[in-house]
Amino acid sequence: MTYRRIRWLKFTAPANFYALVQRLAPWLWAGAAVLAVAGLYTGFFVAPPDYQQGNSYRIMFIHVPTAWMGMFLYLLMAVYAVIYLVWRIKMADIMARSLAPTGALMTLLALWTGALWGAPTWGTFWVWDARLTSTLILLFLFLGYIALHAAVDDREKGGRAASLLALIGAVNVPIIYFSVEWWHTLHQGMSITLTQAPTMAPSMFTALLLMTGACWLYSAAVTLRRAQAEALERESDSQWVTEAVQREHALRQPAAPAVRAVEPRGAISKEGDS
Amino acid sequence: MGRSLWTLLRRDVSLTVMRRQDVLTVVVFFIIVITFFPLAVGPEPETLRAIAPGAIWVAAALASVISLDRLFADDWRDGTLEQLALIQQPLALVALTKIAAHWLALGLPLVLLSPVLGYSLGLQGFELVTLAASLALGMPVLSLLGACGAALTLGVRAGGALMALLILPLYVPVLIIGSGAVAEAMHEAGPSAHLSLLGAMLALAVPLAPLAVAGALRIALD
Repeated sequence: MTYRRIRWLKFTAPANFYALVQRLAPWLWAGAAVLAVAGLYTGFFVAPPDYQQGNSYRIMFIHVPTAWMGMFLYLLMAVYAVIYLVWRIKMADIMARSLAPTGALMTLLALWTGALWGAPTWGTFWVWDARLTSTLILLFLFLGYIALHAAVDDREKGGRAASLLALIGAVNVPIIYFSVEWWHTLHQGMSITLTQAPTMAPSMFTALLLMTGACWLYSAAVTLRRAQAEALERESDSQWVTEAVQREHALRQPAAPAVRAVEPRGAISKEGDS
Repeated sequence: MGRSLWTLLRRDVSLTVMRRQDVLTVVVFFIIVITFFPLAVGPEPETLRAIAPGAIWVAAALASVISLDRLFADDWRDGTLEQLALIQQPLALVALTKIAAHWLALGLPLVLLSPVLGYSLGLQGFELVTLAASLALGMPVLSLLGACGAALTLGVRAGGALMALLILPLYVPVLIIGSGAVAEAMHEAGPSAHLSLLGAMLALAVPLAPLAVAGALRIALD
């Protein structure tokens, strides 16, 4: 148990985090691509048409995973925010900040695909349905977090303020959800319920699972990459960044003559020392 | 213990009331937003009556946002806030006192004025009482939530607009339940369920929001 804890805490150091992502990211990208291709193939060619909605339901294979992802990423962002507020681990703020754009993107995609799905099935792009409305509010919460983090010049201060906002938002999300749900039942006549066919063909379920996996891996890959970039930027004058840049540089030009490969290295490390 | 907080409450209320234009600005803003609805929707009494709960609540929420701009900003700029953070009382209680003073000076006038405006949109009798009661319970919640936004955006570029973006999504539950209470008062069901929920929100916000505000103020004062 203690052994595991030590291993996890190791990655709170930006240098170790950077090395970990360098090794993980290609696998995450590859996994996301494979799952997405398999999921889209199963969704478009293997799964049978819905007995009520025909082929239009197939947008569900993007809509449902992105909607799940949006909510999950907000929760995860709030968890990292709490970690940052309590233990002041710099990587936690970097992670929370890196999650926000992907979360906003997923929420936006869920709204967009929902609108495209609504057009053929409900006959309208938008209704003030409870779930649509609360998803829209979730998007605003993401945008507020991003805006507040960016508006404060001091990164440390901005991170703490934005983390507190994420925490306040997370406490409010269930209240918002239930109030919107309740409002919806009061205004029942205005909108159409989202009830779907009760049973789902196995191949539909497989496609949904594959696409969910693809979304997860994509989100993980892109978030970790963004966090890596931010870690490099924040720590730009530290030793490990210089070394990492040198290593990357050497990898990019394997065939270059030795003298040319050495020259920029020396220049960079001199700057780093001074 | 309570003495310094009581002094702070009286100081804040009298500071706001002394600058009469501050109170007037918020009150006039509230009236103008409500005036916009008949102008935009049309003067038919049935339509106006149908939108009245929503219109008055939207106006109250917007008035709350514009009034919160100054809640901590003045004290922060002249250093008073730093002194307040140093007194013996917990910062959360200081924040709660400031929010209470702010609401007494700027929120209460809107509550007292709301029956008149509700009448102008066609609400009657019991509905007007419900409207005032829902605002009396709901607007303190708006102030408490808004204070979090005001404290988080202290000293931030374009803080006012950013604050609106941060807190308006959080206003959604209060807006739904508050205007719902007035809408229910028009029907047989009665507004007691909605008013109870508003009370529950207030009971939840009074202990929790000041903690968040205090946290945000500490970040701003660092």
